[in-house]
Formats: sequence, C-alpha cells, structure tokens
Amino acid sequence: MTTLWTTPLPGLLITVLAYVVILRVQAACKGHPLANPVALSIVALALFVGITGVPYPTYFESARFLHFLLGPATVALAIPLARELPRLRALFLPILAGLLCGNLSAILSALWLGRIFGANQQVALSLAPKSVTTPIAMAIADKIGGLPSLTAVLVITTGVIGAVMGPWLLTKLRITDAATRGIAMGVSSHGLGTARIYQESSEAGAYSGLAMGLSGLLTAIFLPVLLAALGL
Amino acid sequence: MLGLPSAARFFPPPIHTMFVGISILLACQATGELLARFAHVPLPGPVLGMALLAVLLAAIKRIPEGLATTSDALLKAMPLFFIPAGVGILTLSETFRSAWLPIGVALVGSTAIAMTVTALVMKAVLKWRRTK
Repeated sequence: MTTLWTTPLPGLLITVLAYVVILRVQAACKGHPLANPVALSIVALALFVGITGVPYPTYFESARFLHFLLGPATVALAIPLARELPRLRALFLPILAGLLCGNLSAILSALWLGRIFGANQQVALSLAPKSVTTPIAMAIADKIGGLPSLTAVLVITTGVIGAVMGPWLLTKLRITDAATRGIAMGVSSHGLGTARIYQESSEAGAYSGLAMGLSGLLTAIFLPVLLAALGL
Repeated sequence: MLGLPSAARFFPPPIHTMFVGISILLACQATGELLARFAHVPLPGPVLGMALLAVLLAAIKRIPEGLATTSDALLKAMPLFFIPAGVGILTLSETFRSAWLPIGVALVGSTAIAMTVTALVMKAVLKWRRTK
C-alpha cells in the first residue's frame, strides 16, 4: 500500500468504494436530507485517512482524477440550463430581479455576518460563494483568495440547511407559486435545494435548476467586482 | 460496416456518442480556460465553458444526443467528484475550532436571508407585472 500511494489506485478505490457504501446507507435512511452522501463520504474518508496516517496531500494526489472531473461536470451544467431556458423567457423580469437581489444578498450577508461574528479574511472569502453549486463555488474561492476545500464543506452544509429549512420558511412567507419557490431554493441552496424542492413538484424543481445554473454564473461575475468595490 | 465513419467502426454507437459528448465538454472547458488565462476574463474556466456551451446550445436549438447522455451521466456522478477536495477538511480542524461561530451564523443566517430576499423580490415583481 505504501508504494501504491504514488499511483491513482488507492485514492480512486477508497473514494469510490466509500461513496458506493454510503449511497446504500442513504437508501436505507430513505433519503433523509441530513444523510447527505457527500457529507457522510467526506467524514468517513477523513476518518480513514486520518487513522491510517496517510498525509492529506498524498491522498489528494492519488484521487486527483475524480477532482479533475469537476471541470467537465461544471460545463455539463449547460445542458439542464439550455433545457430550462424557455422557462426564463416567459418570466424573464421576475426571475432576473429575484436572481440579482438574491445573489447579492447571499454574498453580502455571508461576508457581513462572518465578519461581525469574528471570521478572518480567508474564512469570510471562503463563505462568500457558499450559495452556488460546489464546483463553481470552489473555482470562485480559488480565484478570490479563499480556501477551496473549506468552501466545498461550507457549500454542502449550506445545501443541507437550505433543503431542511427552505420549504418551511417559504410556506411561512406565504410563497405558494411553484416558480417562486423553485427560484428561491435554487438561488440559496443550489443542487441540494433543487433536489429537495423537486420532491414538491417537478415544475418547482425545473425552476430551481435554472436558478442554480444562472446563480453560479452571476456570482462568478459579481463577486470579484463586489470585493474590489468593498476594498477586500 | 465499411460505410460508417472511422471512429464508429471501432466502437459501438453508445460508446462512440459518449466520446463525442466528452470531447465537446472538454473542448468547451479548454476554451474557457484559455479565455480566462489569456483574455483575462475574471471567471473560472469551467464556468466560462458552461456559459459558452449554453449559448451554443441555445443557438442551435437542440442538444446533440451523445452530449445529453454523457452530461446526464457526469451530473449524476458529480457528488463523487467533490469528495477529494472535501476531505481537505482534515487540514482545517484549526479553522473550524476558532471560527465555528461566524461560520455557523453566516451559513444559517445568509441562507435564510438569500431565500427570503429572492422569494419576496420575485413575488413583488410578479404582482407589479400583473397590475401593470
């Protein structure tokens, strides 16, 4: 095993194996939102790598191929986006206004709350893109001086929070319209929020997927400009 | 058999179309990376690639079959691709110990704020459009 760690074999094997085993666990938990397979896999592998004493950079180099596939998978988000684009045409102004205000408020409130409660610069910058889908958020964090691995964990946690709290909060706000519920979930809690609201109706799910794709794009455009304007 | 294009002669059609799909995705990503690096567009390469592909697909008004199947497969497997970076949480235990409060407050607070703002703004604009 010691010599194998210089090859992709052990990294790929334990990562895929952990994920497959945990998907089984999740199926047994009837897809409860807190039993998120990514979060559970990360915890399981962190424990395994920590206990066996393999340095993290060694594990990461070995599993790098999986990390690379985030790139083409991000590009592949264009396909659901192109499929849902006709929905945008019908509700262009309301969706655009919701997306712009929602993205700005997500970025600014994360930076602001983080700073008020004492986060340092690097943590605050890692928090800023937390509402957009993980591959885009990680790429943004890398670009603006946050920590991509911290952002990955924060984004997934945000998704779990949004999926658990979202439908309840939206009902409290008396939002009944499927388009509005979907867009709000997609803006605030990306793929996990989309998966959750999809269970309510496929229409809300489609709007949520559309919002997730466009939010990723908008936040990637906004965030560097916003940080420059704030002098951060 | 001889009438088929050369690549399809070596691979059965589903695999062949998958290669077409992955080639399109990689080409868009590479174009995005080149734009980010050399044209200094301040966006991550894969995000530019996504925007580029979305515009292309909207222009041709259809999604090539190989691209659709490859993309659906990649998107379904996407959670797996986050894991190697996520395990980096190992190196961040000090960050979490010192910053759990701002992180917790910012995640819950900001998610609620973003959701509320998006929903209320969209509701207001929908209402305004109806009364206009």
